[in-house]
Amino acid sequence: MAKTIKKEKITGAKALLYSLIEENVNTIFGYPGGAIMPIYNELYDIEDNKLNHILTRHEQGAAHAAQAYAMVTGKTGVCFATSGPGATNLVTGIANAFLDSVPVIFITAQVTSTLIGSDAFQETDILGISMPVTKWNYQITQAEEIPKIISKAFYIAGSGRPGPVLIDITKDAQMQTLAFNYQKCTHLRSYNPNIPLNPADIESAAILINHARKPLILAGHGILLSKAEKELMAFVEKTGIPVASTLLGLSAFPAKHPLYAGLLGMHGNYGPNIKTNEADLLIAIGMRFDDRVTGDLKRYATNANIIHIEIDKSELSKNVEVDIEIHGDAKEVLKALIDQVNANSYPEWLSGFKSCNKIEANKVIKQECYPSHGKIRMGEIVNLISEKTLGEAIIITDVGQHQMATARYYKFNNPNSLITSGGLGTMGFGLPAAVGAKIGKPNVPVIAFIGDGGFQMTIQELGTILQYKLPVKIIILNNNFLGMVRQWQDMFFDKRYASTELVNPDFIKIAEGFDISASRVIERETLEISIDEMLACEKSYLLEIMVEKEGNIFPMIEPGSSVSEIKLC
Amino acid sequence: MIFNTMKKEFTISLFTEHHIGILNQVTIIFTRRQINIESIAASASAVKGIHKLTIVVNTTEDMIGKVQRHLEKLIDVLKVFVHTNDEIIYQEIALYKVQTTEIMKSNKIESIVRSSNARFLEITPEYVVIEKTGHKQDTTDLLNKLDPYGVLQFVRSGRVAITKQT
Repeated sequence: MAKTIKKEKITGAKALLYSLIEENVNTIFGYPGGAIMPIYNELYDIEDNKLNHILTRHEQGAAHAAQAYAMVTGKTGVCFATSGPGATNLVTGIANAFLDSVPVIFITAQVTSTLIGSDAFQETDILGISMPVTKWNYQITQAEEIPKIISKAFYIAGSGRPGPVLIDITKDAQMQTLAFNYQKCTHLRSYNPNIPLNPADIESAAILINHARKPLILAGHGILLSKAEKELMAFVEKTGIPVASTLLGLSAFPAKHPLYAGLLGMHGNYGPNIKTNEADLLIAIGMRFDDRVTGDLKRYATNANIIHIEIDKSELSKNVEVDIEIHGDAKEVLKALIDQVNANSYPEWLSGFKSCNKIEANKVIKQECYPSHGKIRMGEIVNLISEKTLGEAIIITDVGQHQMATARYYKFNNPNSLITSGGLGTMGFGLPAAVGAKIGKPNVPVIAFIGDGGFQMTIQELGTILQYKLPVKIIILNNNFLGMVRQWQDMFFDKRYASTELVNPDFIKIAEGFDISASRVIERETLEISIDEMLACEKSYLLEIMVEKEGNIFPMIEPGSSVSEIKLC
Repeated sequence: MIFNTMKKEFTISLFTEHHIGILNQVTIIFTRRQINIESIAASASAVKGIHKLTIVVNTTEDMIGKVQRHLEKLIDVLKVFVHTNDEIIYQEIALYKVQTTEIMKSNKIESIVRSSNARFLEITPEYVVIEKTGHKQDTTDLLNKLDPYGVLQFVRSGRVAITKQT
């Protein structure tokens, strides 16, 4: 057990920073303010190579950046904010990390403990506010508590089903002194993330797998969180079972693999959705049967037994009644299963997926990715970028139509190479997430696809890109609309485009103001050359591409429909 | 999938760390699912340092299972048990405040108290306080019987429960 004891007394603020260093943290995203000043004051003395603080332009940006940093590095992200508005500005970011199970430690400052409850300046009950969207939260009012609580926070955030933890530290606790003594937390009596596998469950699952004739794997974010990509690959190659992916599961299994069946859900691929209701066995790994994946639950997986492998017990049989619940870590379960399943192949079943792919290619993909006339389509842009980067870039998205186009048409090759807001669907996530991803993986190209609406929700983070000279590539897919909402208005609200059309600023001029190279593409003829120019640029670059104003994303499972009712147009 | 929509009464026993805010963490799980808490009691448990909450709710079998798993997911919760009424011995306590002058008028209140296995907890020249333990139905029955004589105050505790299982 790592143990560090320092004899001289230090402030609570310094103890916090030392605790972070003990936890192998070297990057913090944050924004200072009154109550957190003692922490920033101590930060001033710590060398940048030990703790590098990234000053964003808004606390929400810091929260999203910390989450993206955690997703690309596999480490726990850290984010600082002051009391009151600093803390409340984090809430969207905390909720986003919570719904997508990403480990981030949020440190908020609180007014001096004697003032709590008095409606003091910048006092807010962030514990009460963040309780429903954190895995755990705690308020520190005594400096002595700091090392112990920080180690507990890291243990909780990173283990089991990961998630955000918020620690609120009063200003007096930051200023009091303590003898620093750090011990890593490895056990809590009320929380056990290490679940022993039940051999009987593994055995029954293997029997079902070995007897299935039309099996399908549903791969979720849990594969990436448990770092089980290799085990999944081994399992798939042995069993010959096709793999469909959830939005957050994308990049867990390489898109170019012959057994990759495509994206599940509302705007997913035709094959995996149709085949969900033809399959006789679904093997769901680290996913939670979100309504965007299942469509109408009453008509979901109508012919299939379901094996659900999931680390969070509360997800088992929450939305879908399953036949075999395997409560455990995806990596451990797959390791155990591999030995008990037979080598197999399903040529007939797979040829059905191929037929579906052909139908989708003819009805959707051809027009979307290879159009010969009309305005530029989102699909062709994503497809071009995918080809030019060989599926090797880290791709960031915001939320909306461009997000679905990216999920559908980028061929992800490496794990954790899609950073997107899944469960919460947070517009404004993209730009700050690009900041966090680039800082986490400075040597990998980071390309953010963002809509013209979402870009303006966190546009101020261009300042962070400027300050830290981050060579991120920003592609604005501009249709002058809140495209996804407009698509629903088109399809379900008689084309009554209430408050979805945007009058946009000159994004090129804005980029220039932030010293970011920029260009605008209107015609298809200049698309490729502009993309090449952007990719070749060694600094940050903003490429605004004017796309079809009223393009819709298809296929689509309409709300209330079954997965097998997926529409191609 | 068709869920059983029949509601019934469940008693949930939670063993938790004795931390500030634990009750809030627990109750928001019910709030979010639109489940009203019928009664709640918090106390020390038989194990030192571990707190026990006893919560009574009306909901469906399906929902209570989800709530149980969600409660168990809370970091500061050690264990959650869900029981139907036939699996537990449970009790509530109720207090009733009645004007002393009403008692003096006849011996009716006294006989109600006797026949209900209740007792006088406090007698002053102005008022008397009657105490009754039992199930909700028992304490409600007594309330109804005393009602014609003017109940000034009535209060019932949360349920406390112990399992029959050894």
